[in-house]
Amino acid sequence: MSDVPSAHPDSASGSAAPALVSDQEREELRRQGILLTKMEDLYNWGRSNSVWPLNFGLACCAIEMIAASMARFDISRFGSEVYRPSPRQADLLIVSGTVTKKMAPQVIRLWNQMPEPKYCIAMGACAISGGPFKQGYNVLKGIDRFIPVDIYIPGCPPRPEALLNGLIALQEKIRGQHLTGPNAPRHLRADDRCEYPVPEFGAHDLEPPANPEVFQPPTIVRTEK
Amino acid sequence: MSLFPAPSPSGVSVRPVNDEFHGDLLEISMGPHHPSTHGVFRMQVTLDGETIVKLKPVFGYLHRNHEKLGENTTYLASMPYTDRLDYLNSMTNNWAYAIAVEKLAGQPVPERAEYLRIILAELTRLLNHTCLAGFLLQDSGAMGTPLMYAFREREKILELFEALSGSRMMCNFQRFGGCRVDASPAWLAAAQGVVDAYGSFLDEFEALLTGNEILMARTQGTGVLTPQLAINASVTGPLLRATGVDYDIRKVDAYGLYSRFNFRVPLGAHGDTYDRYMIRILEMRESIKILQQALRELPAGPVMDPKAKLRGFRPKAGEAYGRIEGPKGEIGFYLISDGSPNPYRYRVRPPSFVNLTILEDMCLGQTIADAVIILGSVDIVLGEVDR
Repeated sequence: MSDVPSAHPDSASGSAAPALVSDQEREELRRQGILLTKMEDLYNWGRSNSVWPLNFGLACCAIEMIAASMARFDISRFGSEVYRPSPRQADLLIVSGTVTKKMAPQVIRLWNQMPEPKYCIAMGACAISGGPFKQGYNVLKGIDRFIPVDIYIPGCPPRPEALLNGLIALQEKIRGQHLTGPNAPRHLRADDRCEYPVPEFGAHDLEPPANPEVFQPPTIVRTEK
Repeated sequence: MSLFPAPSPSGVSVRPVNDEFHGDLLEISMGPHHPSTHGVFRMQVTLDGETIVKLKPVFGYLHRNHEKLGENTTYLASMPYTDRLDYLNSMTNNWAYAIAVEKLAGQPVPERAEYLRIILAELTRLLNHTCLAGFLLQDSGAMGTPLMYAFREREKILELFEALSGSRMMCNFQRFGGCRVDASPAWLAAAQGVVDAYGSFLDEFEALLTGNEILMARTQGTGVLTPQLAINASVTGPLLRATGVDYDIRKVDAYGLYSRFNFRVPLGAHGDTYDRYMIRILEMRESIKILQQALRELPAGPVMDPKAKLRGFRPKAGEAYGRIEGPKGEIGFYLISDGSPNPYRYRVRPPSFVNLTILEDMCLGQTIADAVIILGSVDIVLGEVDR
């Protein structure tokens, strides 16, 4: 009965009050044909099993993304085979490949066009950090400088199994979200900003080179020995 | 402004843009995010109704500084970057680069390595053409099924590549003076199995598609390319041979040991999209013949020249151009050495970029829906176009 939503271990929103219905009672009700669940679990169950990706390939990783949707790896086992060409119908942006400085504004514009709740997977070394092309003058050093990334999949390119693993990790992340509180999906939070600023293709670099609300460069601390 | 303009270079009569006599023209932008532009390619198309009167390709959305990086790294360190040029065909990219550096350094290659290179290049050709046929049919409206068949076969070849080189797509397999590792007897037996079964897959694929009436109606007479224009635009590969020009670098240069192999060069007659599809199917059948010969006659011996130098590799000053017949056309690398560990100049001759330059001539006068399958039949990979 793994396809029926069950109480998530940390879905009690941090409240210390004992559960109104115990697991045995819930199981007994289920045996009688009565499904007792929470709105939150039902909502997350539905959302996590129908993550529709945007049909958007950037570079080499896109071929492995296509391979993941083909017969051998078959991403439809996880409810994500419906690749939508329009960002208006997509839930998931798979940044599959090198984002160049010419392409970065379009990627962020696509992200802005997607309706909430939406998620982003950075697939491959280039999308995470620029990868082997990081030294290049035209390559963005990670898409997380401009948009929030939920799952990072390393590899150059990652195998299709790695993409499936990333998708399962994303599904677990969705199932762990609450309707209220700090762990709510982005669109249910009051402090959410739906639009992320689109950088301009400037004279030397993107303007601005990063979105400080999303990306803070790591501080490097040198220890004396 | 005449109402009867001169025909375009491809022979299609198209009236000029912004003609006041006719109605408004529609300018649309296809891409860089478009499901059938094979990556991040953009076309600015001007339409009269549904007919294309102007098409301007826009490149550079995947410019990854390949050539600049090649000048700043050592010769060997550029080898993994060549994998990512045309990411469907890493083995042939490796080979073209290895040939260029071997010419530069005067490095001989053992016989077994040459055979192994031919086996891997022809497997790559099978892989590329199979994927191309799948994508082309996907573009022409056969959603899913042909691509599923194509990728099923692709996985079988990728398994071979992974067993040999450790990576599915980015093989990084060739070295200057041979190959990185030798193929085991078990690998050769597995390759023989894949090659033996490939003919029946092609039969199945063709039974489903080649004689299909919808495919023929959609592709025959679409995107005609004349031999004169193809030669003038230095188009190479299946795109050139579909126009009837007999030019295959495997025959012209006879690089490697291709002179020992018996195979034919299929030629088209009309230069339309259907010919370009059929050329690929026929080339795959010839590749199977080459593979059978190579696997049968594979000699024993080392796969790496014992005098080959990998670390501290510094070729003497000079320049060299190495080219092979890649699945998409002539892929070449031009290198200038000044005696240092890095090349002084590193230039790639990408087949799909050069083949893309005649896109407008093929698309003029066609409908916007045909532009999608014409682009699909050109067979571009943006990693190579933008580099």
